Amino acid sequence: MEVQLFARLRELAGAESISVTPVPASVAALRKKIAAEASPELREALEDPNVFCAVNKRVVGDEHPVADGDEVGFFPPMTGG
Amino acid sequence: MADLFTVEITDVPLDVPARTEAFPRQAQTTGAVVSFVGYVRGEGIQAMALEHYPGMTESSIRDTMDSAARRWPVQAASVVHRVGTLSPGDPIVWVAVASAHRAAAFSACDFIMDYLKVSAPLWKREQSLDGSWSWTEAKSADEDRAERWGWQKQGRVSA
Repeated sequence: MEVQLFARLRELAGAESISVTPVPASVAALRKKIAAEASPELREALEDPNVFCAVNKRVVGDEHPVADGDEVGFFPPMTGG
Repeated sequence: MADLFTVEITDVPLDVPARTEAFPRQAQTTGAVVSFVGYVRGEGIQAMALEHYPGMTESSIRDTMDSAARRWPVQAASVVHRVGTLSPGDPIVWVAVASAHRAAAFSACDFIMDYLKVSAPLWKREQSLDGSWSWTEAKSADEDRAERWGWQKQGRVSA
């Protein structure tokens, strides 16, 4: 699974997406897995409770399931408008 | 006939008069059009850059417009949001709402802007006068405004 990162998270990762295999069962597990393999700065950013996860373009909670084929993205709080 | 509910994310400068002119009104029933333009403030910055989540930004704003149309008798609504690099004074967002009466048009326009601020995946960076770039922090005042409409923060369940 390619997990997309946006804004500050993308900058910290130095990449627009991160490849994750095997795919963990939930958003929480996915977040944990990416954080465990990330730089300290990206890990800290991912563990921030204000960082959102979208599965198939909808914001979901940490308990939400994920499966291979889902589109998943992590991003910081929105600052549009 | 033009689509009555439209969302556009664009890196092209926003031509507000042209957008306003093209906004669909129904001659027999539209009594009010309320529009809002947000501009880049130049306070201590020389440029702003915006990025989005292609596809999700559009669908999220479209959901917000659908919610507005369930609450008020909205006849037409349009949102155009800039991405890319902007300068102080540039229009960044334009929202227009048509309704039979002004109260619904004002409320729906206000609602769409408040929801957009907290739920549309868009991120700003600002370039300060010394040339350095930094990400804009989200404002709790924006969340307070959205909560007036019953908005509830989604996302991570706190541990």
